[in-house]
Amino acid sequence: MASLPATIDAAQDLLKAGHYVADRSLATAVFLSLKLGRPLFLEGEAGVGKTEIAKVLAATLDRNLVRLQCYEGLDVASAVYEWNYARQMIEIRLAEAAHEGDKEKITQDIFSERFLIKRPLLQALEPDPKGPPVLLIDELDRTDEPFEAFLLELLSDFQVTIPEIGAVKAAEKPIVVITSNRTREIHDALKRRCFYYWVDYPDSERELAILRTKIPAAGLDLSKEVVAFVQKLRKRDLFKLPGVAETIDWTDALVQLDQVALNSGAIDSSLGALLKYQDDIARIRGTEAAAILEQVRADLAAEKAAKLLQH
Amino acid sequence: MAGEMKSGRSRLTQNILLFARTLRAAGLPIGPGKVIDAIEAVKAVGIGSRDDFYWTLRAVFVQRREQREIFDQAFHIFWKNPQFLQRMMSLLLPQFRYDRPEEEREEIATRLAEALQGDRAGGIDQMPVDEEEVEIDAAMTFSDRELLQEMDFEKMTSAELAESKKAIANLRLPIMEVPTRRFGADSRGRRVDMRATLRASLRTAGAIPLKWKSPKYRHPPLVILCDISGSMSRYSRMALHFVHAITNDRDRVHTFLFGTRLTNITRDLRHRDVDVALDRIGSHVKDWSGGTRIGHCLRDFNLKWARRVLGQGAVLLLITDGLDREGVEGLEDEMIRLQKSCRRLIWLNPLLRYDAYRPQSQGAQAMIRHVDDFRAIHNLDSMQSLADALGKATIRSERPQLKERRAA
Repeated sequence: MASLPATIDAAQDLLKAGHYVADRSLATAVFLSLKLGRPLFLEGEAGVGKTEIAKVLAATLDRNLVRLQCYEGLDVASAVYEWNYARQMIEIRLAEAAHEGDKEKITQDIFSERFLIKRPLLQALEPDPKGPPVLLIDELDRTDEPFEAFLLELLSDFQVTIPEIGAVKAAEKPIVVITSNRTREIHDALKRRCFYYWVDYPDSERELAILRTKIPAAGLDLSKEVVAFVQKLRKRDLFKLPGVAETIDWTDALVQLDQVALNSGAIDSSLGALLKYQDDIARIRGTEAAAILEQVRADLAAEKAAKLLQH
Repeated sequence: MAGEMKSGRSRLTQNILLFARTLRAAGLPIGPGKVIDAIEAVKAVGIGSRDDFYWTLRAVFVQRREQREIFDQAFHIFWKNPQFLQRMMSLLLPQFRYDRPEEEREEIATRLAEALQGDRAGGIDQMPVDEEEVEIDAAMTFSDRELLQEMDFEKMTSAELAESKKAIANLRLPIMEVPTRRFGADSRGRRVDMRATLRASLRTAGAIPLKWKSPKYRHPPLVILCDISGSMSRYSRMALHFVHAITNDRDRVHTFLFGTRLTNITRDLRHRDVDVALDRIGSHVKDWSGGTRIGHCLRDFNLKWARRVLGQGAVLLLITDGLDREGVEGLEDEMIRLQKSCRRLIWLNPLLRYDAYRPQSQGAQAMIRHVDDFRAIHNLDSMQSLADALGKATIRSERPQLKERRAA
């Protein structure tokens, strides 16, 4: 069982070991949430690597990852626990067939742990030989407010109550990571219990580092061009700005197309990996893309020249 | 030595406390719990670099994206020289953007911020309502009210206007409801509630008594886009009273004003008192009674807000007369997108009071093709009928294309 990081640097190294390039502010938030045992609340646009943080933490700390994907109408039966009704029914029938008339006993029997189907939140409270698991509550903004209210109890006491059995309390607090795409505001009462962190688009330096880690097959020149292109694209007035995930996808696509440098033809044919709205694609494809590419090349050339002059 | 360290630490604690107080006065919702958290967090990180100290405090104190700037400003000023700040506090505070995060903020902070906010010129204050000229009896007779209900807002005297404001405040929306994916016990339901059934079967012997459940209903979020340009000025103020009444009647209501630019006023409207709420709006909406750029504002909404507030199948009310200063370029595209991203798009148009009104202007024509409903909003009657329409608009009046899609 890997130990928790003792300093911010250690937290940063930990994320790095999982091929996640984090800046200082993110490392601080991760470190604090691990150290103080508070949930980490990550908010940001789609595709900036929120979910990935939980996965990396689970991998590098060698813990199990318990994931709860949220959706509208998520209820206790699919998030926490449910009774196995079919088996319970059979049990009742069997008991009746055997003429065991003791009602109390049957009740106790069929509401025992044997008939309990454990869902993610309950699983996360169970003792685990690898240490308390990483609980990822993904896209919390998709659920409704009542479920959020339910989470309040869980996140403050790490305890759920099953009426037939009683309270189940975690012996050790799981590491909780909550993500939100901000399709609605999460209530402040929930945020208050967490360390909040807004995951922003990375700057070009960090994005390059991410790209080099994720797709080493892409040459340095191509990676630089891609990053410069995407960074410029994010300054445009697009309906959906490309996230890091899109940058990685796009680079991968370009590598598959055997490109060693950006060119207009390749950009136009693979733009679908980067932009996800038809309006955006129609706007950028063709002349606009060519103009951005021109600018990117000029910038990179200037940068190279400056470097040569220095030497 | 040890004593020195201890006093150094307690001074730090004190400074953190003071810093938290500054932030609270600047509008961040920071309670005593957060202060203890901050002290604990700083202890855990240790005081090494200024950067780490900054990120540590930020991780604890910042809970919304928009708070980051306030925090940043406050941090850099405060931790340079706390004494300096103390002296400057009174001068500094009004510069912070007043961004009220939640109604549950402490009363003291509100009052402090309000006191510091200073000037509140323009906007609602200019409403032609003069308290002393109101000669109407305190107890209005029924026929007075009837008369009022038929009268157009534009033709009202200020006294009548005040009275109709009161009537609007009493208007309640019967709540339109849609089925959710949650279930509740219902003896006439169509699904078996296994859990309840099992419990019941233990109580009786023999045949298992089936228990039933059915989906619960809930109203969808309501998003209101209201035009406040010159041509709408009379109506938009009345409409705001209407919107305020709705906001306080149900949850999940988001309101935006637009003239030449888009402003989110949801938080201002949460204030219980309508005059205070409208005061606030008046002080921070800058394009009151100016021109209109509908296309531009809708685009802004689509880009920045649609994904945040229309996420859960919202009903959208668009209150405008459709008269655009800028021509109609792009307006139709934005309308298409808008209609596609909400459950129902209802256009409220005060010009509909003229029976002969046909949407002739280019803007109106571009818009009318992409709305699900088209209604008047110019007097109390029309508001009441709108309220009824919103109440009745259940799943049955869903868009035809949606039904087709579902059938396919």
